[in-house]
Amino acid sequence: MAVRVQARQLGYGYPGRPVGRDLELELGAGEVLCVLGPNGGGKTTLFRTILGLLAAQAGEVRLEGQPLEALARSEVARRVGYVPQGHVAQFAFTVRDVVLMGRTAHVGLFAAPGAADREAAERAIEALGIGALAERVVTELSGGERQLTMIARALAQGARALVLDEPTASLDFGNQVRVLREIRRLAAEGYAVVFSSHDPSQAFLAASRVLLLARGGALRQGTPAEVITAENLRLVYGVEVHVAPLDGTSVCLPVL
Amino acid sequence: MTGRSRAFAYAGSALVLVLLAALAFALGRFPISLSELLQIAANKLFGTDYAVAPSAETVVLQVRGPRILAALLVGAALAAAGTAYQGMFRNPLVSPDILGVSAGAALGAVLGIFFSQSALVIQLGAFAGGLAAVGLVYAVGANVRRHDPILSLILAGIVLGTLLGALIALLKYLADPYNQLPAITYWLLGSLAAVSPGDLALAAPFALAGLVPLYLLRWRMNLLSLSDDEARALGVPVARLRIAVVCAATLMTAAAVAISGIIGWVGLLIPHAARMLIGPEFSRLLPLSMVLGAAFLLAVDTLARTVAPIEIPPGVLTALIGTPFFLWLFATARRAWQ
Repeated sequence: MAVRVQARQLGYGYPGRPVGRDLELELGAGEVLCVLGPNGGGKTTLFRTILGLLAAQAGEVRLEGQPLEALARSEVARRVGYVPQGHVAQFAFTVRDVVLMGRTAHVGLFAAPGAADREAAERAIEALGIGALAERVVTELSGGERQLTMIARALAQGARALVLDEPTASLDFGNQVRVLREIRRLAAEGYAVVFSSHDPSQAFLAASRVLLLARGGALRQGTPAEVITAENLRLVYGVEVHVAPLDGTSVCLPVL
Repeated sequence: MTGRSRAFAYAGSALVLVLLAALAFALGRFPISLSELLQIAANKLFGTDYAVAPSAETVVLQVRGPRILAALLVGAALAAAGTAYQGMFRNPLVSPDILGVSAGAALGAVLGIFFSQSALVIQLGAFAGGLAAVGLVYAVGANVRRHDPILSLILAGIVLGTLLGALIALLKYLADPYNQLPAITYWLLGSLAAVSPGDLALAAPFALAGLVPLYLLRWRMNLLSLSDDEARALGVPVARLRIAVVCAATLMTAAAVAISGIIGWVGLLIPHAARMLIGPEFSRLLPLSMVLGAAFLLAVDTLARTVAPIEIPPGVLTALIGTPFFLWLFATARRAWQ
């Protein structure tokens, strides 16, 4: 199994303000890692470190075996696709233009996207089933449609690993399910996927592994069944939760 | 927007530009007929030998020709710079004048005039002043994080503009009232009346030096409309790209200011109009914006020299059109620029 994303003794955070340390992570093709943790628990900080947007405070990140510091920005972009949290569309680009921007790392500095880039963008659009939206402008899309557009853009990057920061945040129930289904499908195609969530049940639905972050760093890592227990959730979130088996998987239900 | 309606937008605006240029040659205190105009053009371009009144030829080639070229160059340069600034600052309300670039460039140029420097030094002073102004405004806007970033950017530009205005006023007060003051006043009012072919030859390379990088980076410019994290994750070294684009846009603004002095509003108005017609995709937006900018300033300048017995400064006309437009934009903020 090809290791796509790897972290060794990783310390992440900001100079003088460490957020987490000694994180060990290894993610291969077809694996889905769900990162859970409270607000301010460092999920986004960890993602930014994995993507090289924030310098590691200790240890190292490797992408497809290469140390992150040795890679140019465009080389990172060809190894990890990124779907940022709560993308706010500023200008009325069409969906097709937005997805095409995913090809940046493959387009020369002074060039415009070529036929191969356009094909890659169309494939990504088709893969997400948003062909009908291609000429619509992103500022007029619903939250769910916009999120699918952002995933299509990440696919167009041509990376084999994807990092999605709270991809289901502020989506309605149906769109949450659609995004989770998309994550499972991508993993089945051989992508390595990392996503963060506020809903522990989503880990049972879509993830093969779970990383539970508390303030101060990683708390547990393992399969959903190992990590998502009433005790761990109480530790991290400070609330009582029922973890109940249902139809071969499990659901989390808070106790009020 | 489909490919066909995009083609219509390009063809339509190019046609308007050509018609306006013909009109600009024809209109004025000394009217030139269309046939005279075509004959002079044919004589010059194809070496034909139509008999044309020498006075008509002088008006077309010596008087109106340079002025029309200057209007086209300044309009296109200001519109291109405005398009770049708006995309780069992710903000539809910024423009060379609001960011203080024009005022900075004017101060640089006025300093050059004050110390009786050569035209080239005045030009370089305009560039340095513009660059310093936009750098300051951006630094203030980026560091005042507690406020709405759009608002702090605009306020920083206005405050800096006031300061630059005070410095310019000081220089005017100190300047020699017979030689320097008229030159300074002419600059600050903005006019194309006294443009010489020499001015054009000096400024055109600067404008071109700004346009070439913008044109080369035209697709990549789109990435600057994303958040920095997003653009970097897509493989763009954002900081370097932003510096390159700021320099290019400021160079174009300085070149325009060097020819015509400060003519406001073009860099704000035109990119909006172009974006409404064709959408925000920069490689499609830049050419249309330049054509519209050229056409707009040519129309304004032609009005400025024909509607009244004395010339009206074109900056006055652009302000008359621009102020209501800006207010409307402010009132309808989000929708208008999408």
